[in-house]
Amino acid sequence: MSVIRTAGGRSVAFRPRALIAGAACVLVALVLAVLAIGSGEYPMSPADVLRTLVGQGVPADAFIVGELRLPRAVTALVSGAALALGGAIFQAVVRNPLGSPDVLGFTHGAATGALTAIVIVGGGSTALAGGALLGGILTGFLVYGLAWRRGVHGYRLVLVGIGVAAILTGVNGYLLTRAQITEAGRAVLWLTGSLNGRGWDDVLPLLGAMAVLVPVVMLGCARGLRMMEMGDDAAYALGVRVEHVRLVLLGSAVLLVSLAAAAAGPVAFVALTAPQLARRLTKSPGPNLLPSLCMGAALMVAADLAAQRAFGGHELPVGVVTGVLGGGYLVWLLATERRAGRI
Amino acid sequence: MGGRTGARTSADASTSATTSARTTVTTQQTKEQTTQPESTEIPRARPPATHGGAPGANRLAGEKLTLAYDQRTITEGLSIAVPDNSFTVVVGPNACGKSTLLRALSRMLKPAAGSVMLDGADISGLPAKKLARTLGLLPQSSIAPDGITVADLVARGRYPHQGLLRQWSKEDEQVVQASMAATGVEDLADRFVDELSGGQRQRVWIAMALAQQTPLLLLDEPTTYLDIAHQIEVLDLCASLHEEQGRTLVAVLHDLNHAARYATHLIAMREGSVVAEGAPGDIVTAQLVEDVFGMPCRVIEDPESGTPLVVPAARERTRAAGRE
Repeated sequence: MSVIRTAGGRSVAFRPRALIAGAACVLVALVLAVLAIGSGEYPMSPADVLRTLVGQGVPADAFIVGELRLPRAVTALVSGAALALGGAIFQAVVRNPLGSPDVLGFTHGAATGALTAIVIVGGGSTALAGGALLGGILTGFLVYGLAWRRGVHGYRLVLVGIGVAAILTGVNGYLLTRAQITEAGRAVLWLTGSLNGRGWDDVLPLLGAMAVLVPVVMLGCARGLRMMEMGDDAAYALGVRVEHVRLVLLGSAVLLVSLAAAAAGPVAFVALTAPQLARRLTKSPGPNLLPSLCMGAALMVAADLAAQRAFGGHELPVGVVTGVLGGGYLVWLLATERRAGRI
Repeated sequence: MGGRTGARTSADASTSATTSARTTVTTQQTKEQTTQPESTEIPRARPPATHGGAPGANRLAGEKLTLAYDQRTITEGLSIAVPDNSFTVVVGPNACGKSTLLRALSRMLKPAAGSVMLDGADISGLPAKKLARTLGLLPQSSIAPDGITVADLVARGRYPHQGLLRQWSKEDEQVVQASMAATGVEDLADRFVDELSGGQRQRVWIAMALAQQTPLLLLDEPTTYLDIAHQIEVLDLCASLHEEQGRTLVAVLHDLNHAARYATHLIAMREGSVVAEGAPGDIVTAQLVEDVFGMPCRVIEDPESGTPLVVPAARERTRAAGRE
């Protein structure tokens, strides 16, 4: 741990390795984003992309980058970051690497909301995003309410969340059977998670929420969350208002995950894997919130680039790539957790 | 005070005013002591000079506490005072409410009725970090985060003294060093907590509680799951913290003989109420043990410490007395 102290008695502590790991993830994410912007039916060199991004490019490039490809890249960066931060918060609060919003029903809830918007209301992309957001938030209330008994404990939250996820899977299946074939196609594409054709309208609400929620989480709650790793009693004895911090954190995480789902669809496994990968890079105890966020952005851009480029002419939805990679990771995680005797 | 104590209120109010004035002075002294660069001695949470206050004006007390979990009432109208600068030990049979009492004293459990008073103020109204700078608690079960080192875990005890712009001061560093030295874990500083033995781990947790620098420290069964040598090691450590640093300790213990040997003030509880309290030598009798635990025994003098030693009656004698 390194410390910077000022003469005025102020001090900031940080771990160099965590800082470097976070910076490396950001760098990788940005490089991949530039590559992604440059790729497509009208390829551009990274130099052209950079020139266009700083406003020095030719007008045709400026249109393609500014209106078509940059929104998609930004959506990938920001939704990946939001999913990863939400996942890191959930995993730290429930003290379990499996306690991610993918498993606890929040992405299922967002999906239910989006499907309702598509199938029953029949709205456009705004209605879909609004439905996803509303669905995620309502699921948050439902899970928190059901898990509440003189405070919410991690284990109960996981069990209730898994139950709610199972129910919502059934509801989602029913909604799909009710849909017309074109609606169903659109719904399934959204459910898989796709960044294709994202515009600024899709990503701006998420960017706005990140601008508020990231400081709230990082400055207001992160230090309390570190203490809560040692158990509620220990954290409380150290002066952490455990229930208050947990409520703010879970609320923020639900908003982040729901908004990310509204922007990019419920992209599978980013929330589950990014915090774990970040922890392995930083090798530091604690929730590793900031490195997770950076890792999530890098993962999502990498997955989207792979989905666009790796399969020849066929472009895949990004959720397919994260699903395949993340599923493999989940199996590995279950095996190691089992060996460690934790499940 | 809430008028609950009637005639005592005005007198108490003045005492508590002086007490809090003293507390402020103490804090300043502590700061001065700890900012000395080479001081490796652990800063006293509260110099003994300040405890000459009015007798009976204890810093921590529970008044007419009714404690309940949901519908199950554990204690009703329980009043208890922790003598200042004592090593108070609470004993009693399983489920007699001793851990519940500790939870209430540390504000983890909100009393259904009654109040816990700390330095003359109701504990329920205190800001969380302020409380955590005065009253520490070592919970029965804490989880060491994966891959954390001893020094990092002990450092977490500084949380109530830190803030967003005061994350790791020189004072923090010195107190953590001194806490590790006082508990004999400084050689383990860079080891991972998960690789330590049970006794070492418990000393690390105590070091964390020490780093919190609270004048009052509550310990919930600090010796559970330890073998006999480590139990004594931990209790010796507690006794020296009490004697050398002037901290007021309150511990819940299972072993009556350990309690009698180490406590300066013993509280015996049964079914949510206090059966007896006082110096172990004054209150531990065969009759009391029978009343509290329902176990026939003899009480002899501990040849090592001169404190009461409870020897359970042999099976044959119990039978002869007509009991099973």
